[in-house]
Amino acid sequence: MELLWEGIKHALAALLAGDREVIDITLLSLRISGAATLISLLLGVPLGIAIAQSRFPGRNLVASLVNTGMGLPPVVVGLFVSILLWRNGPLGFLELLYTPAAMISAQVIIAFPIVAGLTMSAFQTLDPKLGLQLLGIGASKPQLLWLLCKEAKLPLLAAVMAGFGGVISEVGASMMVGGNIRGQTRVLTTATVLETGKGNFEIAIALGLILLALTFAVNLLLTYIQQREQIRWPRPS
Amino acid sequence: MAETILELKNIVVRHGETIALRVPSLGVAQGEVLAVIGPNGAGKSTLLRVMGLLERPAEGEVYFRGRAVADADTLALRRRMASVFQEPLLLAATVYDNATLGLRLRGFDRRAIERRVAPWLERLGITHLVKRPARSLSGGEAQRTSLARALALDPELLLLDEPFSALDPPTRDGLILDLEKILRDTGITTVFVTHDRDEAGMLGERIAVLIGGGLLQVGAAAEVFAQPVDESVAGFVGVETRLPGVVESVGEGLAQIALDGRAIEVVGDFQIGERVIVCLRPEDVTLGSPHGDGVKSSARNRLAARVAKINPWGFHYRVALDCGGARLVALVTRPSFVDLGLREGEEVMASFKATAVHVIRRK
Amino acid sequence: MVGKNIFSSAVLVSLVLIAAAPFDISAADAPSKSVILSTTTSTQDSGLLDVLVPLFEKKSGYSVKTISVGTGQALELAARGEADVALVHAPVLEKKYVADGKLVNRRLVMYNDFIVVGPPADPAKVKSTKSSAEALKRIAAGGAGFVSRGDNSGTHNLEKSLWKTAAIEPKGAWYIESGQGMGATLGIADERGGYTITDRATYLAFQKRLALVILLEGDKPLLNIYSVMEVNPANGQRINTVGGKAFADFMVGPDAQGAIEKFGAEKYGRALFTPAAGKREEEIGG
Repeated sequence: MELLWEGIKHALAALLAGDREVIDITLLSLRISGAATLISLLLGVPLGIAIAQSRFPGRNLVASLVNTGMGLPPVVVGLFVSILLWRNGPLGFLELLYTPAAMISAQVIIAFPIVAGLTMSAFQTLDPKLGLQLLGIGASKPQLLWLLCKEAKLPLLAAVMAGFGGVISEVGASMMVGGNIRGQTRVLTTATVLETGKGNFEIAIALGLILLALTFAVNLLLTYIQQREQIRWPRPS
Repeated sequence: MAETILELKNIVVRHGETIALRVPSLGVAQGEVLAVIGPNGAGKSTLLRVMGLLERPAEGEVYFRGRAVADADTLALRRRMASVFQEPLLLAATVYDNATLGLRLRGFDRRAIERRVAPWLERLGITHLVKRPARSLSGGEAQRTSLARALALDPELLLLDEPFSALDPPTRDGLILDLEKILRDTGITTVFVTHDRDEAGMLGERIAVLIGGGLLQVGAAAEVFAQPVDESVAGFVGVETRLPGVVESVGEGLAQIALDGRAIEVVGDFQIGERVIVCLRPEDVTLGSPHGDGVKSSARNRLAARVAKINPWGFHYRVALDCGGARLVALVTRPSFVDLGLREGEEVMASFKATAVHVIRRK
Repeated sequence: MVGKNIFSSAVLVSLVLIAAAPFDISAADAPSKSVILSTTTSTQDSGLLDVLVPLFEKKSGYSVKTISVGTGQALELAARGEADVALVHAPVLEKKYVADGKLVNRRLVMYNDFIVVGPPADPAKVKSTKSSAEALKRIAAGGAGFVSRGDNSGTHNLEKSLWKTAAIEPKGAWYIESGQGMGATLGIADERGGYTITDRATYLAFQKRLALVILLEGDKPLLNIYSVMEVNPANGQRINTVGGKAFADFMVGPDAQGAIEKFGAEKYGRALFTPAAGKREEEIGG
C-alpha cells in the first residue's frame, strides 16, 4: 500500500516538475496510440459499414476474418510484424523496425479489427433499408455515411474506445517492434516493464498510474460525446 | 398532353442469376398517380428503386423529363424526387429534425426550411409532435413524419413503396384518405406500390400489374380489374372464376362458349374454335335456388352447381362452387346468404350476365 | 456498396499517414547513422548503458538503438544481422558463435560477479563453504529450495555450468525454474525461503525488499564476464559494420572503461562492474 502512495507521489512529482523524460514518454504513448486508433477508424469504420449494409461476394469470409482479428494476441502480432520488418525480412528495405512508425503499424493491426468488428455490429442494429431511405431523400454518399455514423453513435464510440483501449495498454507488440529505445520508442507500457524489471517499483507504479489517468481522461471525453443528448421518453404502447 | 416525367425503356434488372425485373416500356405522366400492384416478390420495390435512381439496371435506360439519366446526374436528379418506404425509417432525432432532413441535406437555410415544412406538418396533422423524439411515435405518426419529410421537398416525383402495409387498419384508412386528398389537391406525380388491390383502386388513376418481374398490364383501374389481360393478372386482381373453353358459335356480337359440357354466352368478337378463358369476378355471380323460384333476372347464363365451400369474407360470404368439375366463385351478401339458407353440399343455380364475362384469349 | 469506395480511399490515406509518421522521431536517422546494439535485459537494467550510450552518441554522432532482450535472442539477432554489435555476458555461448564465424572480434569489456543468496537461516549451511560447487552440492542434498532463471540467459548458463562442475543434475521438487528475469526470480526465492544465484547488481537493486542474504561470493566460477562482439557482414543485409565497430571500439576505449570503473560507486558504495578491456579471461578474478 505504501508502495502505491510512493507511486502516486512520484507520478505527481514527475509531472509537476515537468520531468522531460516522463512527459516525452507520455506524449509518445498518446501520439502513437492516437495515430493508430485514428487510422484504425479510417480503415475500420467504412469496412464495418460495408460488411453490415451491403452484400458482396466473400462478405461472410471478410466478416469472419474481422471477428477472428478482434482476438489476435498482440504479442503474436508484434512477432509477425517484426519478422516482416527485419533487415533481412521482406519489408526490411523500409527500415522501419524500432521506429514509432512500426509501432503504429503493429497497433493498427491490433486495433483495426476491433473497430471494424464493433462498427459492423453497430451498423447491423440499424435497419438495412435506412441507407436506401436516406438516399431516397436526397443524401449524397458522404452525407449518408455521416448520417449513419450519427445514428450509430453509441456503439460506434464504444468501438473507438475499445480500439484505443486495446492499443494504449498493450506492451508485447510495442516492445518487439519498437525496442523500447530511450527517447525514440519508449512508451508508458514498455517503460513500466523496464522499471519493474530494474526493481524501481515506485517509478513503475507512477508510470502505470499516468497510463491509467491518460486512458481515463480519453474515455471520459469519448463517453461524454457518446452519452450526450440521450433523452428517455416513454414509448407509446 | 402532359409531359412524361419519368420513362423506363428496356429495363432489365438481375439479382444474381435471376431476372428480378423486366420492363420494356413504362412512363409516368406529370400529375398522375400510378399504382403498381403485384404479389410479394414481384419486383415492385425493385421497380421503384430503379425509378428513384437507387438501383442501376443491368440493361436499359431511364429518362427524366425526356433526358437519359447519366451517372453524373444521379445525385441531382435524386434530389428532385422523394421516396417513402414501408417502415418510416426515421433517425434518432425529433420529429422536426426528421421532417426537415431532406431540406437540410440540400442546404436550405433555417428560415426557408421552416417555411417549406410547416404547411406539411400541418396538413399531416403532426405539428403538435415536432419536438418529440422519433422513437416515441406510434406507427401512424411516424409514417406521417416520413411523408412530411418527402412532401416538404416539393418533389417532381413522389415514390411510395407500400407506405401503409405496416399500419393497423384504422390508422391505415385515415392515412390513405389524407394522402388521397393531398395528391388530389397538389397534383404531385406519384408512383405508389402496393400488394393491396383496394388501396390501388382508391389512390391510383392508372394501374400497372407486375408479376414475377414482368410488367403484364398497364391501364385505367376499371379496365385492369375488369379486363385482365391474362390468367396471372386475372388471378391477382381478384377474378376468381377462370374457366377454359372453346368458342362454339358466333353471331350478333355474341358468342357461345362451350365449357366442359355447358354452354354460356358472352359479348364480343370471336372466331369459332378459338380457345379462351372465361373470367368472372365473384361479385358478378348471383346464386339462386336451383329450381327457378320465379325471380327473374337479366342474367342469360345459368349454371347448376353444388356448394363446395363457404367462407366468411368481411361482410360477405365467399362461396366456392363446383360446377361439374369447373370451379365458380361467388360473393354473396349477408342478407342473401341468410335468405338462401346456403349450406355446403347444396345444389344451387349460379347465374351471371353475358356482359359481366371477361374473355381472355388463350395463347 | 457505399462503404467500398470510401474504404479504398481510406486505405490510401492511412498508408500515407503511416509512412509520414508525423513526428520527428520516425526513421529520421539515416540508416548508416544508426547502430543497433543487442544486449541483455540485465545489462540494460543495471543502468550502465544509460551512461555509456549517450557518451558514445555524443562522441561519434551515431544514434544507438539498444535492443535489450534475453541472451539467446541477443546473440541470435546479431547472428542474423538484425543487429550491428552485441554486448552480452555468456562466454560459453559467445565462443560458439565466434567459432561459427557469425560474430567476430570478441573483446572483453568488463566483469562483475554472481553471488549465491539464500534465507538468513541458511538451512543448507552454504555460508561455511568456500566453493560454489560445494555450495550447490549442499543445497541439492539439503533439499532446501533453489530457484533457477530457467531462461537460457547468461545467468542461467552460468548456473548450468556450475551444476555441471558439481556433477549434479538438478531435478526434483526443490528445483524450480522461474523462466523470468532476475528480479522476479529473486522475489520467488525470497517468498519460498530458497536459494538462488544472482548477479550482484540486481541483488543490490532489490536488496531493500528481500530477506535473502549473500551467502557465497568471490569464487572464480561466479565471475560474470561481459564481451562486445561485432557482426559478420555476411550475416545479412544492411549491417552497419562501420558503426558496429565504432561502438565496440568505444566500449574497450578509455572513455568507456573509465565510466565503467566509476559506475555505481556513489549509489552502492562500490562500483558495480570492473573494467576488463585488454585483459585475458584467465587473468580475471585471479
